[in-house]
Amino acid sequence: MTLPLYGTASLSTGFQTDRARSVLRLQSVDSNSERHAADFALVKTGEEFGRAVEANWPSIFIVSDGSIPGPVSEALECRVVTVPQKYDYLRDGDVLGFDHSSKKFRTLFRKNSAHNSLLVTERCNNYCLMCSQPPKDVDDRWLLDEIKESLALIDPNTHALTFTGGETLSDWEDFIEVLKECRDRLPRTAVQVLTNGRAFADSRVVDAWRDIAHPKLMAAIPLYASVDHLHDHVVQAKGAFDETVLGILKLKDRRQRVEIRVVLHALTAPMIAETCRWIARNLPFVDHVALMGLENTGFAIANDAMLWIDPVDYRDALALAVDHLTAAGVNVSVYNLPKCVLARSVWPHALQSISDWKNGFVDECNRCDEKPDCSGFFTTGRPRFSRGIHAITA
Amino acid sequence: MARFLAPEAFSAATEDLSLLPFNLERTGTNQYLVANMVGDFIRLTEDELNRLVDLRIRPGDGLYEKAYAAHLITGTNQTAQRQLLAARLRSRMSFLRQVTPLHIFVVTLRCEHSCPYCQVSRQSTDRSRFDMSEETAMRALDIAFASPSGRIKIEFQGGEPLLNFPMIRTIVEAAKARSGKKVDFVIASNLALLDDTVLDFCKANNILLSTSLDGPADLHNKNRPRPGGNSHKLAVAGIRAAREVLGPDRVGALMTTTEASLDRVDEIIDQYLQLGLDGIFLRPLSPFGFAVKTKQFQKYDANKWLNFYERGLRRVLEINRQGTPFREFYAALILTRMLSDRPIGYVDLRSPAGVGLGALVYNYDGSVFASDEGRMLAEAGDNAFRLGHVDHDTYKSLVLSDKLIDAVSSSLTQCAPECSTCVYESHCGADPVYHHATQGDALGIKPLSAFCARQKGIMGLLLDILENSPKDAAILRRWANA
Repeated sequence: MTLPLYGTASLSTGFQTDRARSVLRLQSVDSNSERHAADFALVKTGEEFGRAVEANWPSIFIVSDGSIPGPVSEALECRVVTVPQKYDYLRDGDVLGFDHSSKKFRTLFRKNSAHNSLLVTERCNNYCLMCSQPPKDVDDRWLLDEIKESLALIDPNTHALTFTGGETLSDWEDFIEVLKECRDRLPRTAVQVLTNGRAFADSRVVDAWRDIAHPKLMAAIPLYASVDHLHDHVVQAKGAFDETVLGILKLKDRRQRVEIRVVLHALTAPMIAETCRWIARNLPFVDHVALMGLENTGFAIANDAMLWIDPVDYRDALALAVDHLTAAGVNVSVYNLPKCVLARSVWPHALQSISDWKNGFVDECNRCDEKPDCSGFFTTGRPRFSRGIHAITA
Repeated sequence: MARFLAPEAFSAATEDLSLLPFNLERTGTNQYLVANMVGDFIRLTEDELNRLVDLRIRPGDGLYEKAYAAHLITGTNQTAQRQLLAARLRSRMSFLRQVTPLHIFVVTLRCEHSCPYCQVSRQSTDRSRFDMSEETAMRALDIAFASPSGRIKIEFQGGEPLLNFPMIRTIVEAAKARSGKKVDFVIASNLALLDDTVLDFCKANNILLSTSLDGPADLHNKNRPRPGGNSHKLAVAGIRAAREVLGPDRVGALMTTTEASLDRVDEIIDQYLQLGLDGIFLRPLSPFGFAVKTKQFQKYDANKWLNFYERGLRRVLEINRQGTPFREFYAALILTRMLSDRPIGYVDLRSPAGVGLGALVYNYDGSVFASDEGRMLAEAGDNAFRLGHVDHDTYKSLVLSDKLIDAVSSSLTQCAPECSTCVYESHCGADPVYHHATQGDALGIKPLSAFCARQKGIMGLLLDILENSPKDAAILRRWANA
């Protein structure tokens, strides 16, 4: 199943024209909690709509294909947004970004999901061959403003939050301010920042990062090889390896938490044992290493001929890679790969890592004993399946 | 795909490359073992080595990738390669931050055993002459507490230290009454005199026991004679009692290899397994004390010992493959050096040497030595490592004495002939006392040194297993971080 996180409202009224966008938070019609200016009553039936009006909700968010009232009249001095029925997954506590003129909206935060990620920018100084979020050279600094607004609306009990890009540190000074907001508003939330780490080669950036002092902040940094030009080729940026490794060293020198991420494809998977032996030897002090199956979307589709490798063809190399890391005391996890293509020794490290809104299984999985503990597959892009997929039965 | 650049676009030009320091050793007609600055190994052919040295390499040729991952080359304008080496070297050498963490108190030289290999030349009689006095002990404590380490270990040695148990009590209580340091205690004893009083005291004060166990009864008793011929029985009973009362991890045993041990390594290991111990330390005889006088030391050479060691190590690996975790502790120590950058200050395997900087020894008579072996030499009349006396020296005067500085500075493996260019240098150590004892020179001529031969032999063996025996390699990798 894939949840639609982007869409266009069928109707919207009552928004002022002095600003282009708003951040909305959905609340139950009957909510007694203090109303924030961004709060909208979440309405899915006519009956709920009536109650919302009765309760004097100044803002109403309707999920319906149109059968719910027309009473959306000019007379009603309310902000009203109506979105189609397929966005029925929205719940109270969810936060959306809404563009007034185009009526386009994006689901920014889902309260009942463990996989919330906020897009910081689409700009990036890498151009990875398999990028699932191909970079665009656009002025999208409004995204950071929207995030700042959203942070005030996100449930402070949220377990985890990810910032993604683009390169999240493209406007590092502004982004560091956002992370300080997280420290103040979401101190109990594990905050993970996906970054290529190159900005940390600059001591000013890494010092500012340290000074945020969020207790659960982690930089998740991709590293694809133990050799400069091999990494640089994957990320399509000469000099990236040197900056990324230096960035990791500087972060750890300042006792900051670091995860190394390796995406597995035909350029990285065949040498994954050597890469992990190198990590175990040179960077054993990182907090976590994630070895990640490829999400076949974005540039990965364009570069399919260069990147596709059946996971069963690197099964043994991956097992050796995991062994090198565990023997050195490094925490290692394997993401996005179903158990049937992994060596048994790797199973304890294989996590259900695929975000709930883009996670699925194939028919074969219904006969498999391991399905409840398996990552399954991405449903996004153009999924490719291993010839090794098979039900595991006792 | 026009938007994406081909691999060649990311290749460095040869003129932008620099060599980083490395050591090498020829291992075959066309084979070299090469180690980078922090002791990561790779193997190169002669042709590869020549191309590397001339920088006739380029990305994509295989050699470039091998050399780059092993930190043998760097882009001239890059910083990460050098910073990684610097960080790792700093970690490896950071044992130097713990200055003199070990203080050995020889509370008596008397012993009820009469081992022909005794390295300390024990005495059998005359309590007054060979026991440490309280006055000496308290002065020694003053010195120990003046050392810079925040945490120190006090080890009681002999002779048989339990023959002067009252002095152990006095020292433990006095040390605990002092403030400013965390103190761990160890008693090195043959356990023949272990009783409930001693065990209760050890339990109450969290004291570790370290003992000797040479193998099966007949071998052990032959190596370690005592009246009644029951050394083995008492040692085994002592180990069992200590494990029960103090806990399984509160008593350790060491074996010493004599000529009679050479063909019996499996039985020796089985003895340790039977007792439930989690490993064994296969240890050669040292050239000190009675071991020299009784010519025990000369009865086997480094090669014979290495054969013994290899058979033992392979037996230990077999035990692990069969499902019982069991380690050979010397291999574990070397592997920690070879596969990690954790600082290892093991006194016999570091450079700068551990003499004085790693340990000080307070002899029963108040003289202070730079190492346990140093006082063994003195018992045989050689005062080369006698640094002074508790009555007229301070921690500073001992550690800054010319004798110690000479011994440490003249034995640095980082600059010693043969050592400084040795492919194993990162994982080895300076042993000035051994080389003084065997060659009359703290530095020593390494090709003549059995210490050197054993070190190279063991490291070569471990490398061979790591490279060529995947199952055993997986076991060994775990020893490095246990």
